[in-house]
Amino acid sequence: MLELKDIRWTTEDGEEILKGINLSVPDGKLTVVTGPNGGGKTSLAKVVAGLYKASDGKIFIDDNDITDWSITERSKNGIAYAFQQPVRFKGLTVRDLLEISAERTLSSVEICSLLSEVGLCGREYMDREADASLSGGESKRIEIATVLARKNAKMLVFDEPEAGIDLWSFTNLIKAFEEIKTDHSRSLLIISHQERIMNIADYIAVVADGKVSRMGTREEILPTLMNETGSACCSLRNK
Amino acid sequence: MNDITQTLLGVVSDWDGSYKGAYNIREDGGCAGRQSSENIKIESKNDNPGIVIRVSSKAQQETVYIPACVTHSGVSDLVYNDFIIEDGADVIIVAGCGVHSDGEEEARHNGIHRFFIGKNAKVLYKEKHVGTGNGEGAKRIDPVTDIEMQEGSYMEMDTMQISGVTSTNRLTTAKLGAGAKLVIHERLLTDNDEKAKSDFKVDLDGEDSSVDLVSRSVAKGNSYQEFYSTLNGNNKCTGHSECDGILSENGKVIAVPALYAANIDASLIHEAAIGKIAGEQIIKLCTLGLTEEEAERKIIDGFLK
Repeated sequence: MLELKDIRWTTEDGEEILKGINLSVPDGKLTVVTGPNGGGKTSLAKVVAGLYKASDGKIFIDDNDITDWSITERSKNGIAYAFQQPVRFKGLTVRDLLEISAERTLSSVEICSLLSEVGLCGREYMDREADASLSGGESKRIEIATVLARKNAKMLVFDEPEAGIDLWSFTNLIKAFEEIKTDHSRSLLIISHQERIMNIADYIAVVADGKVSRMGTREEILPTLMNETGSACCSLRNK
Repeated sequence: MNDITQTLLGVVSDWDGSYKGAYNIREDGGCAGRQSSENIKIESKNDNPGIVIRVSSKAQQETVYIPACVTHSGVSDLVYNDFIIEDGADVIIVAGCGVHSDGEEEARHNGIHRFFIGKNAKVLYKEKHVGTGNGEGAKRIDPVTDIEMQEGSYMEMDTMQISGVTSTNRLTTAKLGAGAKLVIHERLLTDNDEKAKSDFKVDLDGEDSSVDLVSRSVAKGNSYQEFYSTLNGNNKCTGHSECDGILSENGKVIAVPALYAANIDASLIHEAAIGKIAGEQIIKLCTLGLTEEEAERKIIDGFLK
């Protein structure tokens, strides 16, 4: 169980982005965080992964206080994070990144399997550099694959995994999320506006203006979102 | 040959106690071993120290090893090696150099290599440089490479300076005939107070000749690197040069590219980027479980791979 208690985060410019987030992410479940642009969703994900240090509040995972843990410590203890904007590397191949993530050498078959989950042909991509020669969509899918490769991770955090991904790859991704969900051994925390992702969620939290405005089961929250005409939450209902 | 040479050979070439095929091992200015093969003949030069390597057109995917080692301070080795590659030959040349010093005086290797590459011949040239030993004397490697490529020939240079070379001054010049293609991959790592200068001058003289030059460098500690490249497009040709530098600590890099197009159909491009490792790269690898130090090392290793 991941728990955020009264989490606050302020930018270097002094602007308070997270204004007391309280959120519980149950084990083995898929929780979607949605809400209007600029509401603090990405900041929330980065605070969970340790990229941003909370200015106040506590974060617990399985009752351990991880508030002051570094990014590496959080990763080593089971938090995996997929960036919204993938990072490019000159010199590191897709295989390198996946093996770093898996913490072992991977066979070509294993790499193909991981990449096929995000709609890429492994043989075509595994030895390519993860640099600017890849398109935005390709980089995004590889970014997601690096998180899927962390088999020992118990909390997978994805920041808008749908962004930049074509419809066919997105279908594969939904299947991958459903398989993780079925397994129940790992939890998913997904920042998303996408109706198809919300449709497979166990829980949905709405974050707006730096706070959790609503949280409940999919059945409780999704209908209310759909009825909010003009809401920014579901602007991408049908990708 | 002595133990230091054997160790250096293991680092800079494929040495596992022996070489298969033709080879010439240079140790402290002398010959420590030589063998020709049916298609690759190695002979001493008459006018200067050094050798002539003649590669027959019958050589196809054959390898010749010509490593040079300096194993103690007070040695300044100057050698002139000529490579004559016959039309249609296909050869791999492994030319590593290791300089070791445990003393106060300088240890230096200065290799002047000339390549005469025949029509439609193909050359893969692999060169790895390393400096070892705890001596205060400088460890210097100053290679000069002159290349003449005839019609339709292809040469790929894969050069790398691993570590420990106090000072290097690398000069490479090439003249390309019609349809000739030159590919250069250079990787330089400097640390502490080391200095490295790399200077390429390529004349694209023949129609449809091309060069692709990529230099990747990492300057750590207080080290300093200079990169110069001049591509002269004298005919219908394509040229691309790219210099990527990573700075760490107080490292400094200067990159001075030059493009000279003397033909309306010359197409020349240069790219250069120098900077520290992007913070987001470190962070990404930390999210995959590496520490910041491990992440930096992984990024540099990959960059220079």
